[in-house]
Amino acid sequence: MESIGVLMACPMNPYLEQELDKRFTLHRFWKVPEKSTFLSTHSNSIRAVVGNAFAGADAQLIEALPKLEIVASFSVGLDKIDLAKCKEKGIRVTNTPDVLTEDVADLAIGLILAVLRNLCECDRYVRSGKWKKGSYMLTTKFTGKRVGIIGLGRIGMAIAKRAEAFSCPISYHSRTEKPETKYKYYPSVVELAANCDILVIACSLTEETRHIVNRKVIDALGAEGVLINIGRGPHVDEPELVSALVERRIGGAGLDVFEHEPEVPEELFGLDNVVLLPHVGSGTVETRKDMADLVLGNLEAHFLKKPLLTPVI
Amino acid sequence: MKATAMTSENQSRHSQSDLPYVLILKPPPSFLLFGDHFLDSSKFQYLKAYESPLPLPQFLQEHAQSVQAIFSSGLAPVTAETIRLLPRLGLVVTTSQGLNHIDLTECRRRGIAVAGAGTILSADCADSAVGFLIDVLRKISAANRYVKQGLWSSQGAYPLGYKLGGKRVGIVGLGSIGTEVAKRLDAFGCSISYNSRSKKPLVPYTFYPNVVELAANCDALIICCALTDETHHLINKEVLSALGKDGVIINIARGPIVDEKELVRCLVKGEIRGAGLDVFEHEPDVPVELFALDNVVMSPHCAVLTTESFEDLGKLMVGNIEAFFSNEPLLTPVSLDG
Repeated sequence: MESIGVLMACPMNPYLEQELDKRFTLHRFWKVPEKSTFLSTHSNSIRAVVGNAFAGADAQLIEALPKLEIVASFSVGLDKIDLAKCKEKGIRVTNTPDVLTEDVADLAIGLILAVLRNLCECDRYVRSGKWKKGSYMLTTKFTGKRVGIIGLGRIGMAIAKRAEAFSCPISYHSRTEKPETKYKYYPSVVELAANCDILVIACSLTEETRHIVNRKVIDALGAEGVLINIGRGPHVDEPELVSALVERRIGGAGLDVFEHEPEVPEELFGLDNVVLLPHVGSGTVETRKDMADLVLGNLEAHFLKKPLLTPVI
Repeated sequence: MKATAMTSENQSRHSQSDLPYVLILKPPPSFLLFGDHFLDSSKFQYLKAYESPLPLPQFLQEHAQSVQAIFSSGLAPVTAETIRLLPRLGLVVTTSQGLNHIDLTECRRRGIAVAGAGTILSADCADSAVGFLIDVLRKISAANRYVKQGLWSSQGAYPLGYKLGGKRVGIVGLGSIGTEVAKRLDAFGCSISYNSRSKKPLVPYTFYPNVVELAANCDALIICCALTDETHHLINKEVLSALGKDGVIINIARGPIVDEKELVRCLVKGEIRGAGLDVFEHEPDVPVELFALDNVVMSPHCAVLTTESFEDLGKLMVGNIEAFFSNEPLLTPVSLDG
């Protein structure tokens, strides 16, 4: 399979790069100085693209690679792939579901606790050397708070299961109601936000869910409410969120994703009720290896004409 | 004395003096945070030792016949000396989860009842423990610092953390707090084991007869036990060595349960993976070596300090004191046996 050209969209995992190098002819797109020249030179040999949450395969790239057969994403999210174009051209698409569900759900709860219990600020306070006897950091209890989840897929369900262990009543909004769960369904995100203390974004990013958390939702969440985003940056109208946080119109936020990563609005840096993470939802040694193995497994299966492990298209 | 008309204010002041006295030695955190009237009751009044210029023994001698109860937030010890100066003392109530600041032996000897926080603070403690564990493994506080310094755009991706799911969690002390921690981490897919003074027959978790074996068989050790003579420096060199370089320790109990010098040495040398610490041996002094470490998350002994817990605890304490003065059973009595 060494003659098969695989284009990696951006750096994502040294082990994956290493393994792809061994089995295929790997092209590292981010190291190419003249991208259009490169694409015309290699258009006949590149048969696979490996992308992730930051860079995938848009219409332009797909058109430039006539021999493209498969796009394997090192992510569960597919928003960086032009799925319609892939379908049109009969290009297979795979992602990495399930292996990262637990890590992302764990991080959601970790962010909730970090925001409500001021973990980062408490740590900063101790590190400053200013802790004197008689000074207190008063925080907000998590147990029993109402958790509202946007998107009750694998990740949403995993978050619900964890929050239940903290005796949190769970409610959700999803494209369709899921009566088999015992959670309370709200037909709109605004209603969900108005009826929960902590709003968690756990749905996939599509045309419909872009800016699903907008000014109206933020207002409904209110001054005591907390927003947690472990989905995609564009789920939130970021400038609206920033002004709501700066003006203290919502109680706090835990954000792992942003509209223009790795750029993060600097107005958020000084807010002690905001926790900011550099898109690490699936960022553990164990899970990234599992994700890499899944990408490799899918590519191998495709080129050996076996059934794909985790096909989307 | 100036003659004053019997206004309703005077009348209430007059009946106020009939109310039994509850002694407070040091101002509790709730007074500082929510004001002096946060714990008021129509059934008793407070005698604030800290408002008197007299040294404590003298103050106690002066009020020896009035004090029937002491309200302690845990800041001031309730010593045998104090108890001996108060012949009418019948109750000590504390809002602290720990009881090591009260001379329980002297209380038992005198037949003085003790009422504690019960299990009201267990959820908050457990939430802190889980928060710390996720923070240490997933580097939340460290990565938050990284982003807020603008380093994500200038230096790129942050180093990977470690998965919580499937990790073996060892709980030291399976009391109310330990049980709440276990219940939560169970939902994250962790496998739970514990060490306690005695095996608990009905729990589904694996029991280890000593802490060294527990540490050797877990990836994260969570300290949830009380501080007693037996548990002082329970977590020592042997235990930390058994925990090993992939192990994490979380302490939301009491600083002296851990040999802090040894813990700091292990962390600095990379002999354990990381630590989450709410408590220290000599608060508020924290070993400065820890300030440079990204794999340590710390907080200033505030695992139970939520607004909600203050409110719940306040109501509980007032309820206990009112029950005592009404000759009713205490809401959260502490057993002084053994």
